[in-house]
Amino acid sequence: MSADRVVVRHEADIISARQSARGLAATLGFSESDLILIATAISEVARNMVEYAHGGEIALRALQEGSRRGLEIVARDEGPGIADLQLAMQDGYSTGHSLGLGLPGARRLMDEFQIDSRLGAGTTVVMRKWVLG
Amino acid sequence: MTPRVLKQGQFLIASLPDALTDSGWRGLRDLLMEQVGKHRSLGAVIDVSGMEVMDSYATRLLEGIARMLSLRGAACVVVGISPGVAFAMTRLGLRLSTADTALDLDDGLELLSRRVREKRPHVR
Repeated sequence: MSADRVVVRHEADIISARQSARGLAATLGFSESDLILIATAISEVARNMVEYAHGGEIALRALQEGSRRGLEIVARDEGPGIADLQLAMQDGYSTGHSLGLGLPGARRLMDEFQIDSRLGAGTTVVMRKWVLG
Repeated sequence: MTPRVLKQGQFLIASLPDALTDSGWRGLRDLLMEQVGKHRSLGAVIDVSGMEVMDSYATRLLEGIARMLSLRGAACVVVGISPGVAFAMTRLGLRLSTADTALDLDDGLELLSRRVREKRPHVR
């Protein structure tokens, strides 16, 4: 299994997404502490999808660049989008009832993080983590 | 996937499963609140050693439970945060501000006893 797709609509799906990512990442040779970082990042992003976007989809994919192996996580929703991305990426900023650590937190857990959001069209987050050689 | 709460002497011990849904967290909260009154417990240890992830959401709920326990007069100690989970929580900027922490169940129970002695020196 080198790719996977998880529909995230309800809060129980957050756990499924986390477990799928952990399962795939484990086959790629990530350390135990990296597996926890990946599972936590997925958890934060999936929670955002359920809370603000009425759900979405998370696609997982194994990456290979030369001898380097990694995991790519693409989280896409068709929710309301984020009005001010810069603000949303600030620690402690929240329009909901969270600690406001979701997106900036996920960025700190992964090696690469990109976010693209359009008002009324949705948000896509792409995160990558590489196995330490 | 449901948390268990056991009574041990004057304390409660809650063991969390590998993952908790929102309703699981609510169940844990309600169970602890109920049991603390029923047994007149002076403290609770919450063992998270089985949990694979402590994200910002779980941390916030755990902090809320600890605060509620303290309002009910019971001390709360969270035990069993694994090295990997501690690393991830630190990266996320998370802290458990409302609960004490200890390495494992034994240390947690000992810490609770100490807290109770500080608070109620006349109680043995």
